[in-house]
This record gives sequence, C-alpha cells and structure tokens, in this order.
Amino acid sequence: MGKTLLQKVWDLHTVRTLPTGQTQLFVGLHLIHEVTTPQAFDALRARGWKVARPDRTFATVDHIIPTRERTRPFLDVLAEDMIAALERNTRDYGIRLAGLNDDRQGIVHVIGPELGLTQPGMTIACGDSHTSTHGAFGAVAFGIGTSQVRDVLASQCLAMEPLKVRRIRVEGKLPAGVYAKDVVLTIIQRLGVSGGVGYAYEYAGDAIERMTMDERMTICNMSIEGGARVGYVNPDQTTFDYLEGRPFAPAGAAFTRAKAWWSSIASDRDARYDDDIVIRGEELTPVVTWGVNPGQSIAVTGRIPSPRESGTEAQAVTDALGYMGLESGQPIAGLRVDVAFIGSCTNSRLSDLREAARIVRGRHVAPHVTALVVPGSASVKRAAESEGLDEIFREAGFEWRGAGCSMCLGMNPDKLEGNQVCASSSNRNFKGRQGSPTGRTLLMSPAMVAAAALAGEVTDVRNLVAEPVAGGLQ
Amino acid sequence: MKITRVEGTALPMRGDDIDTDRIMPARFLRAVTFEGLERHLFEDERTGSVADGRATSEHPFDDPRYKGASILLVNRNFGCGSSREHAPQGLNRLGIRAVIGESFSEIFFGNSLIIGMPCVTASPVDVRQLMDRVEKQPEAVLRVDLQAGTCEVEGFRCQVDIPSHARDALVAGTWDTTGLLLDRYGEVDAVAATLPYISGF
Repeated sequence: MGKTLLQKVWDLHTVRTLPTGQTQLFVGLHLIHEVTTPQAFDALRARGWKVARPDRTFATVDHIIPTRERTRPFLDVLAEDMIAALERNTRDYGIRLAGLNDDRQGIVHVIGPELGLTQPGMTIACGDSHTSTHGAFGAVAFGIGTSQVRDVLASQCLAMEPLKVRRIRVEGKLPAGVYAKDVVLTIIQRLGVSGGVGYAYEYAGDAIERMTMDERMTICNMSIEGGARVGYVNPDQTTFDYLEGRPFAPAGAAFTRAKAWWSSIASDRDARYDDDIVIRGEELTPVVTWGVNPGQSIAVTGRIPSPRESGTEAQAVTDALGYMGLESGQPIAGLRVDVAFIGSCTNSRLSDLREAARIVRGRHVAPHVTALVVPGSASVKRAAESEGLDEIFREAGFEWRGAGCSMCLGMNPDKLEGNQVCASSSNRNFKGRQGSPTGRTLLMSPAMVAAAALAGEVTDVRNLVAEPVAGGLQ
Repeated sequence: MKITRVEGTALPMRGDDIDTDRIMPARFLRAVTFEGLERHLFEDERTGSVADGRATSEHPFDDPRYKGASILLVNRNFGCGSSREHAPQGLNRLGIRAVIGESFSEIFFGNSLIIGMPCVTASPVDVRQLMDRVEKQPEAVLRVDLQAGTCEVEGFRCQVDIPSHARDALVAGTWDTTGLLLDRYGEVDAVAATLPYISGF
C-alpha cells in the first residue's frame, strides 16, 4: 500500500514519539513575523535558551506595518515597539530579517515561496494560521501559536498529533471568470468551516494540476478556513519550474537532484485516503460570501438564504443576516459596496493583480467606493510597476500601496469604518475582522473585487471577462 | 504543574464557530506581552466601557452572575480562524482553567493545552444540559475530572473527552513542551542530517 505525501513527510521528519504519544516533528523552515513572536523570544531569554537553528529561520514584517506612510519611527507607538522588538530579537539571535525597507519584505506567505525558501517535502511552521499556503509546494505547513513558536525557536521541533488525509479532487475545466478563490470558497461551503478538523486536505484532480503556483497557493491558503490546519498539492513540473532560479532554491546539479527527491515525496498512486471527494470544475461559478464565516457563501447569481431553509444552521443564519444587514431572498448581486480591497496572503500575487488590472483597465471606480490594491510583497510591487499595473490601477481610481497584510485584519491603519461593506480578496469575513466592530466583509476573487469596485456593487465578473482568459486562469 | 481536576463555577458562551477574532480582536495583539488581555475578551460585541468594568451589555462575559467563573462552556468549533494565542491567553488570564465544548479548532486546542488549559469535549446534548443548568443556577460548581473523563454538577454527571496525549500531558505536568523537545536534542540533529534539503541536496 502506498503512502500519501503527508505520511512520507511526517515520517521523514519524525524525531521520536514523546512520552505523551505525540510525535516530535522536526521543522524544516520556521517563518516568523512581528506580531506572534515577541513573547516567544522573551520566554527564550527568561529560560536562557538559544535559537536552535537560526539558519532554518527567516523573519519579515507584515501584519502591523502601515502600507502608506512608512517613515520610521511609526506614528503608531505600539507598531513601532513591535517592529523594534523583532529587529532586536533577530539581531540578538542571528536570524535573517527582511525588514521594512528590505527589497525582499512582504507578507510572510508571499515571500517564503517567491524567495524559494518554501520547498516540497519540508515541514514549515509559522505563527500564523495561513501557513497552510506553503502546502501548494508539497510542503506540510501549519500555523502555530506563540508558545509553539517558542518551542520551534528553542528546539526546531513541535509536538504534534498525526492528521488524517482527505483528498479533494477538482476535475474539469473552470469556466471563464471562475478562479482558484471560487474553488476554495466552494469547497469550504460544501464541507463546512469545521469539516476539515483533524484532516490535512490534499488538493488534486486535473483542474488543480493545471493551476499555476499562485492559484494553488490561494487554494491551500484557505484550508484553515475549512478547519484543516494543513492543505497541500503534490509537487510537479509546475512546482519545479516556479522554484528554478529562486534565491534560496538549489541550483545546477543540486536542482536536478532536488527534483528527483521532490518527486519522490508526492503521494503514491495507491495511497490510502481517509476520505476522498470530487468537485466538478465546470459546474463552478463566481462565489461571494454573505455571512460572517467563509463557509457562508453563494453564487454571485444567488439569493441570500433564509433561516427557515437552513435547518440546524437557522440560528447562525439569523445571526449573520442581522450582523450583515441583509434580508433573506435578496440577490447578492447589486449589493452596494463602500470599499474594495485587493490584497492579503490569499490574493495579492502578481497574477492576481494582473487579472484585476485586466478588468479595471480603461474603466473607473464608482464615485462612492474607496478602492485599494496592496501588493503582497515588495517584489510583487516592483514587478507590477514594471508592467505598468500601478498606472492602470491609479488611473482607474485605486490607491496603490506598499506591501503588507493591510485591510485583511484590522491590525494596522487600513481599516473599515462603521458598518462599511467591503468587497475583499482576503480570507476572513468574521465579525469585526477588517478593523471596525460593525464592518461587513464580502469575500470574493480579486477579479470580482475589481468588478465590484467599478460597479459600486456586487456584480458578476463574467460579464466583464467575455473573452477567453489565457494567462489569468492558467 | 500537574492538572487532573478543574473545579469552579462556569460561564456559558453560546454559539457555533466562534472565531478568535471575536474572542480577541486584532488590535489587542499590538503589544509585546500578553499582559492585560483579559480586559479585551469579546470586546467588540460587549457594549459600554469594558476596560474599566462598567459594561452593561447582555453579553455573558459582562454578566455579573458569571464573574469569577473558571470553566467556559461553548458549542461547536470554538476558537476557529486565526492562530493567535492571545485568545486562550486572555481567557486564562481572566481565570478560565478549562473549556468544555462540542468541538474545538485544532490550533486553539493546542494553544490552550500548551498553557495548561484543557479543552474537553462533551456531546451536544450534554453541553446544552450544562449550559441550561448554569444559566438557571450560576453559582453551581462544576467538577471536571480529566482522568475519569467526567464533569459533575449538582446531581448531573456527563462524560467529557480529551485526546489521550493531551490528558497524559496535563496529568503528568508535561504540557509545557519545550523541555521535552530539548530533552534529546542529539536525535533532532540526527534527523535533520538525513534531510536532503538541509544538506543542500
């Protein structure tokens, strides 16, 4: 009987079984950022421990930093303190830092892959739940809390319990205007926001195999929104082509040897899965969330559900409708939006920006909409500017910002105000998520956000992408 | 510290899929310590001035009858979303010593375990029973016994479950894992040496 990628990587990284029955798992790459690490470094100091493998640790700043005015010291004293703490901690312990003005800076889940730090077959940990993003490369990557960050800093290991594996095959061609974001939102809607607890999600099928690394990252990124701490795609030629030539990827003969090893850790054909489901790609539509968790979504052509038709979810639906100010039966299309946000670790990569720019080119943002584009990294920003995407966005009335987490999470100056409605390419529509306790988030693909910005309301992007989309969907 | 039993009054917080953004809004993560987080639990859904204790909302965390509770009662998929340890840290600093729920997000469960705060599961029916009883009789004392796998409250007793590794770690006092992971560091180096990406292929 064959093994899954998860089992292979797990076995290769197992140090021993702890007295509690947990696995002591070696962590191949530890990514750190300013928000979830200061207490971990303090704990290290208090106990007199050193960082076990600074050479396997890499830091950047993303969560708390402003995306507009980036002069130091920041006006926000708390943000300044957190950045200064990371600078001090990385200096004291000899950890590489892509700091605010470093040309490698960016959202941790964007820069790990683009620097080639993220590679197939690794175990990767980071104090952020969207670490599942790195699974797109065939790594086993999971989010951890601050005390576990301390564990990894001190020992380069984690105490973990084994996961089951659910294979999710997406088969068939995605229609024009349907993106990776729509695929993963559909998966979460069908399997539920807690359906993945205890599982790693292996994404497979020909639709996934045809996807670019950017698209695979979007899918794996949101695994955690379905309850799965880990999501991955088996590495293939697309993965290898992406990695070749990246700064931290192996080069020359080492790259050839690496490819052989990377191929060997993919799931075997006869691997056994704890669960196996199929999603038909050609049936998918652009999706928009209407509620307060990422599982509460409908097709852009759909109507807001009613509590009566929602069975055991009736109370949750009532609660969500109240928070969102929506009525059952109301079409989601036509819902007025105040803010349009293109960014976050889910959808801020070059291909996302290209696709959004293709839609806004020569058009203009509706007068009542505040629209912003926040590239995922300094490198994405440079690449987009070299293609003139920044000009397209600016001319259309979007703000063009510096790289960071921005309006995804209400931890920096980019926030919703009052009960503004935001069309957002981010990953969470939780109550208060975007920084206003009454703010309302509608999750959708970056192309759909671009379309909503132009229309000033939720609208079906398929009406704007009539021509076949070669690059954008591939 | 060995944790085998948790006793105390309880605080029922109803609702499925309560995410960590709700438990601890992101702006309170903007600090280099966990100190004072207990003052900001569920702050965005509590009205009035929470920080100075004058809140007047209907929110369970504002209800004076549940003040001093050491056991939190929750429903399904509690603590989903962000990996922020600030959520369990805030609860723990408020005085919560155990959480009983229908189910938990994995990251929240792990973040709670590593600070010695057990999250135990009970059936939906039993969780409803416990919540109903506590709402009727907030002064009732719950007794959670991790080894027996039970929760008792004045004339009612139900089964509670926790994965054996977590129970063993709590009972043995080894839930703070760093020491354990450093115990045989030679073996860590040995495993690292077998990984092609560590040696540069």
